[in-house]
Amino acid sequence: MFAQSPLSGSVLPCGATMAPSQQENPLQQVDEVVIRFAGDSGDGMQLTGSQFTDTSALLGNDLATFPDYPAEIRAPIGTLFGVSGYQVRFASKDIHTPGDQPDVLVAMNPAALKVNIGDLKEGGLLIVNTGNFGARDLAKAHYEENPLDDPRLDQDYQLVAIDLNTATLKAVESTGLSNKDALRCKNLLALGMLYHAYSRPLEHTEKWLASKFGKKPQILEANILALRAGANIAENSELFKTVYQVDAAPLPKGTYRNIGGNQALAMGLVAGCKLAGLPLFYGSYPITPASDVLHALARYKNYGVTTFQAEDEIAAVCASIGASYTGSVGITGTSGPGLALKAEAMGLAVMVELPLVVVNVQRAGPSTGLPTKTEQADLLQSIFGRNSESPMPVVATASPADCFAAALEAVRIAVTHMTPVVVLSDGYIGNGSEPFLVPNADSLKPFPVKFQQAADDFQPYARNPETLARPWAIPGTPGLEHRVGGLEKADLTGNVSYAPENHEKMVKLREEKVRRIADSYEPLQVFGPEQGDVLVLGWGSTYGAIRGAVNRCHESGQSVAQLHLRNVWPLPKDLGSVVKRYKKVLIPELNRGQLCRLVRSELLIDAISLPKVQGKPFMATELVRHIEQLLAD
Amino acid sequence: MTTETPTYKKKDFVSDQEVRWCPGCGDYAILNGVQQAFASFGVPKEKFAVVSGIGCSSRFPYYMNTFGFHSIHGRAPAIASGIKIANPDLHVWVITGDGDALSIGGNHLIHAMRRNIDIKVLLFNNRIYGLTKGQYSPTTVPGKNTPSSPYGSLDEPFNPISLALGAGASFVARTVDTQIKHLKDVVAAAHEHKGFAFVEILQNCVIFNDGAFGHVTDKEVRDDRQVDLRDGQPMLFGKEKDKGLRFTSKSLEICSPEEADTWQADGPTGANAFRICQACENGEIPVPIGILRQVERPVLDETITKQVSSVTESLGEGTLEGLLSSGDTWDVS
Repeated sequence: MFAQSPLSGSVLPCGATMAPSQQENPLQQVDEVVIRFAGDSGDGMQLTGSQFTDTSALLGNDLATFPDYPAEIRAPIGTLFGVSGYQVRFASKDIHTPGDQPDVLVAMNPAALKVNIGDLKEGGLLIVNTGNFGARDLAKAHYEENPLDDPRLDQDYQLVAIDLNTATLKAVESTGLSNKDALRCKNLLALGMLYHAYSRPLEHTEKWLASKFGKKPQILEANILALRAGANIAENSELFKTVYQVDAAPLPKGTYRNIGGNQALAMGLVAGCKLAGLPLFYGSYPITPASDVLHALARYKNYGVTTFQAEDEIAAVCASIGASYTGSVGITGTSGPGLALKAEAMGLAVMVELPLVVVNVQRAGPSTGLPTKTEQADLLQSIFGRNSESPMPVVATASPADCFAAALEAVRIAVTHMTPVVVLSDGYIGNGSEPFLVPNADSLKPFPVKFQQAADDFQPYARNPETLARPWAIPGTPGLEHRVGGLEKADLTGNVSYAPENHEKMVKLREEKVRRIADSYEPLQVFGPEQGDVLVLGWGSTYGAIRGAVNRCHESGQSVAQLHLRNVWPLPKDLGSVVKRYKKVLIPELNRGQLCRLVRSELLIDAISLPKVQGKPFMATELVRHIEQLLAD
Repeated sequence: MTTETPTYKKKDFVSDQEVRWCPGCGDYAILNGVQQAFASFGVPKEKFAVVSGIGCSSRFPYYMNTFGFHSIHGRAPAIASGIKIANPDLHVWVITGDGDALSIGGNHLIHAMRRNIDIKVLLFNNRIYGLTKGQYSPTTVPGKNTPSSPYGSLDEPFNPISLALGAGASFVARTVDTQIKHLKDVVAAAHEHKGFAFVEILQNCVIFNDGAFGHVTDKEVRDDRQVDLRDGQPMLFGKEKDKGLRFTSKSLEICSPEEADTWQADGPTGANAFRICQACENGEIPVPIGILRQVERPVLDETITKQVSSVTESLGEGTLEGLLSSGDTWDVS
């Protein structure tokens, strides 16, 4: 493929269609841009954003994206609650978040303008589709006056007001599509304009359209015409004062692909099972925002993957336990409410000591909560949310691409330590995307599983002296017939036992087995000074915002470091010694301070919680503000 | 490599665990019958997985010298589904009760039936919650005084056979705990059936619901109160098989043996099985036991395996390298 920006005079793939370069307009180099596409939930904003992202990825930009959409599949047209947005930040430098404020806002209707205008940077580029600013559109967005008549809009922003509807109808006239179908192409017209404004080629999107609409030539032609018309309008009408260029980012050497979090998680699970040498069984029940993991795995059938869409969350986890019992890696995926339903079965997996991976793509709660909004408030539920003493390791993913490594780690722990494992992702990570440095297959260390074979002296609850894992003795193996279940087990034999001393012994053995998982962790690494004034400790999707904030603190010479946990439970053994090297420990979390409680109780330190529960991720700027306040105190 | 068909005796299926049901419990007779039946199948015993939920009957796997999984309340069909899909080579049996299968686990049971996954479910119906000490269950007869219904239970019960027919089970049968030959025959027929098999076993709880089925199963009455349905055979009952059953436009009636209709377990619908289940409620028509329905339908674990093979054939077997290099990639050098 190609890595350099096409405008830097480099190779273009054959047949590439370029957005024509605008000689008259100055070409300005910038190192990063944040664009937010916003429109009705039926306007194709997610598609537009992801196409812009994919094209930018192929140009070698570093990227981060934030799709933000309503729970309604097709909300009533033009309403405020029906606004769907997709934010993409692309850069010629290393970035970690989709950006705090957009430089560019594309508003397809008055509702999109109203919901998003407050976020746009002062002086930012505002592209508005005037074709949807009729009296009814304005009323649906609760505008009493047309906001486009307000001269301040043009003063505060670079306003590009254009009737995309008319332009689209004109562009696709030759295809003979009905007006209704023709108007559905207007997002492609907007995309074409932005491709021109940011010097992107149309080729990738045209190829994608060809694969998507190959069987509908009329629709395909209309979409391509709209895309090209957008680029031409942008060039010829001088709508944009400047054409920008964002060069490839100096990313580490290697092969990259743009990847979404849920997709990367699915890939990591498949890779983990390949490294274990076992088939993968994924039992799941559709739930936002975890369903994409099921969708992705359902396409991997030729990789030894079986997917089972169960009748409910409980059946999904139980079928996965059944599959683990017979020697597959049983995996189930869900979001918070589903995790609550699976709790009893997860306790069974603790008792029968079988591998199980439970993926939780968290969303805002409690109860149904805000299904399409992000939160990381299931940490304590994951660690402790079962009856009785029921220890369970928890692995967290930090970013979309990081889901691959987190999933792989979870499979490793599950099969090596014969235990259920929770993987915590969230909606922000699962729906977001970024470049993924694809690992070389040789660099991934296999952890092949050996099932129990020898029948002589077989004891179902004998233990590996190092890990305390019990043998995995699968049905079909002659001489190993034995019984497991949820009743307390006698040590070694696994027979039912009500003996008081045995129960205490088994509780402690299960606890110690999970504690020893921490022996297998890589040593902790801090980003920034090895000791200093403030350590910002985090887990999960706060990674990018914390990294951005800590970078800014470094630019102003402050003594601030970042430590981000992959293994949240059991806590790493070296965590205590690391946190004590800093005067203050700040823990930002999208919950009311759950890791902070754990750290305070386990390490007896005065960690400071920075909680946020708005269904939205942290912005780097708000973290900088808190860190600076802490430094000043 | 050819493997010899193993020859087993009942004792090969007896585990070393002490059986802990109440003296006189119908479960003892069922255990004995199932152990004898399993020994007769010629299936290597490591290929049986016996899965249960919670309840008196669910202790069953501990007493079978096979792979066994005593799971959580109501979830045995879901766990068994995962076992069978992950390894279709196994013979997967679910042991459950009226509370476990029809109350807390009702959802899993009906969906396993709908999918026609090749697992065998033995439902021990004693019309009471035994392990929790005698509350009414989803099959308890209305009016029953129990600790949770001191003035008589008000719930209308399920008929487990009707439920299974309605959920589309491809094999539906009924037998009785103490009628060991019949029980072994029905269990063997369930084993032979390709697809989901549902067997209701009328089981007596001596402690909390003694004699719940006495009017059907007691030696003195059972010849007149039971009709053993066999596919292709006339519907006859009575000690001398001197009475018959035939369908009428609305229901069923007793007739002479010569006039009896032939029982068809594989009719286009389960309508006749429904009719006989409901007709016997009036106390005149005998209670059907035997095989009420047996039809061929696509079996889920087989169709899953086929789909995986066909996708693998068309796309090639996925490798780690192939996985990592998939998608639109670019190189940074």
